[in-house]
Amino acid sequence: MPMDAEILLNVNNVEVVYNRTIQVLRGLSLRVPKGEIVALLGSNGAGKSTTLKAVSNLLELEDGAVTAGHIEFDGTDLASLTPHGLVRRGLFHVMEGRRIFEDLTVEENLTAATFSLSGRGLPITPFDLVYSYFPRLYERRKGLAGYLSGGEQQMLAIGRALISKPKLILLDEPSLGLSPKLVEEIFTIIARINREQGVSMLLVEQNAAVAFSVASYGYIMEMGKVVIDGPVERLVKDQDVQEFYLGLGGGGAHKSYRDVKHYKRRKRWLS
Amino acid sequence: MDWLYVTEVALAGLGAGALYALTGVAFVLIYKATRVVNLAIGEILMLGGYVFFGLVAGAGLSIWAAIPLTILAGAALGAVVERALIRPMLGESPISVFMVTIGLGSILAGVVELGWGADPLRLPEFIPNTPIFLGEAYLAPKVAYGALVAALLIAGAVIALRFSRGGVALRATARDQGAAYSMGIDVGRVFSLSWMAACATAAGAGVIVGAIGGISPTMGIFGLSVLVVVIVGGLDSVAGALVGGLLIGLVEALAGSFLGGEYKLLATFSLLILILMVRPYGIFGTHEIERL
Repeated sequence: MPMDAEILLNVNNVEVVYNRTIQVLRGLSLRVPKGEIVALLGSNGAGKSTTLKAVSNLLELEDGAVTAGHIEFDGTDLASLTPHGLVRRGLFHVMEGRRIFEDLTVEENLTAATFSLSGRGLPITPFDLVYSYFPRLYERRKGLAGYLSGGEQQMLAIGRALISKPKLILLDEPSLGLSPKLVEEIFTIIARINREQGVSMLLVEQNAAVAFSVASYGYIMEMGKVVIDGPVERLVKDQDVQEFYLGLGGGGAHKSYRDVKHYKRRKRWLS
Repeated sequence: MDWLYVTEVALAGLGAGALYALTGVAFVLIYKATRVVNLAIGEILMLGGYVFFGLVAGAGLSIWAAIPLTILAGAALGAVVERALIRPMLGESPISVFMVTIGLGSILAGVVELGWGADPLRLPEFIPNTPIFLGEAYLAPKVAYGALVAALLIAGAVIALRFSRGGVALRATARDQGAAYSMGIDVGRVFSLSWMAACATAAGAGVIVGAIGGISPTMGIFGLSVLVVVIVGGLDSVAGALVGGLLIGLVEALAGSFLGGEYKLLATFSLLILILMVRPYGIFGTHEIERL
């Protein structure tokens, strides 16, 4: 991790336990420098979404708790903040599965997000910025959000984040359930928002290739902790990352499933 | 059959139904925001009537000062109840919270009986009593003005829910609490405000209901009809409370005058069962209704 950049989010040795019995995070540490996109990858159940919920203080709703370690955002410890208080400090969590309010219109969904500006002395601006990134939302602004297509719903979810004028956006699997073409479109806009608005992002993805296309630094987690991390240029050259997360064979070419010999090579950090 | 008489009974029924609808809206507000089935709504309404009585007859205030004070008292009661009884029950099973509200209802009825005695009382007259005729049909002025006020309040609630920022926050919270938090909405405050608004409405309705029929500690029975109203209309639908209220008011009035007073509840509960057999979640309710 480059030390010269200012650190916006610092997750230090965090452990999370659900229902007081099930440990999901086991000493996870990661950092997001200001203005950058950091990718967090890993297989199902590795604890990626839990990490994001620990950061945005939404664990409580699911009977989870941070039992060790600490999380700092923009210089303040997060433990004492309420979830909505955190949003109002500029940390916006775009949750997995988009979680749009289906029986509200597109415009009302954006209005709901304006509560993130309360108590910050920020004026509620018109939704022009959101509509300039997502013109399709403007066309459908009076319609119920539940009738939007999956891609449009993802746009709305990111649009709501933009409303809050965030410093950091936590993005949980924006590619979930979308066609490859839409994934490309969404990620192009994500990269543009990061560049033009200077918003930092912590991006959780299953689709490593697309995450690496926008991120500058990557963490890969297994079983509740980070196993590999490094700048994206280095990660894409790593043989293990190539094989287990990018689906490339040793030679860099896409493998045919016919040739896969399972367990030929084990993830060496699991043994 | 005497059509004029039928019209008069129907009008009286609709007038009473407007008050059911108003109290139903209060019930729906709480259910929407917090998913709590508030069985104490009838007792809160009764308390509103008694607070008004106490302010006018006991403290000697003028009627127009007593009405806003009663409504404020209702809001204060809502805030205290939400904070002290409902918030700590968050995440408990719906049946436990439901029992808490039943307990609250009994406590309120008991407190009122200790304070004012069990005998029915009359509220001082304040609604104009020049007879009102719609065409040829006579309508009791108290019922007419009560219905008018109820209609205005319901319209206000509908407009606020649909068009205000706070209305958006409430509907967002009703839909998805976690997502509402992630928008920066203070969900606890939404809970508290909706309880305050609902209890203030119920207290106000209590003043009107008391002015029409007098007050007594057993007036909470009114809540039973309101429960039928919101179950028929759909627990989380304001439109349902409106339609359900008018429907139940009408059915009660018709059954009461053509079959006899003892058939009122029989008729409404039969209607309830019929509607639930066809639409188990009420006329306008959303499908995922809490199982109790």
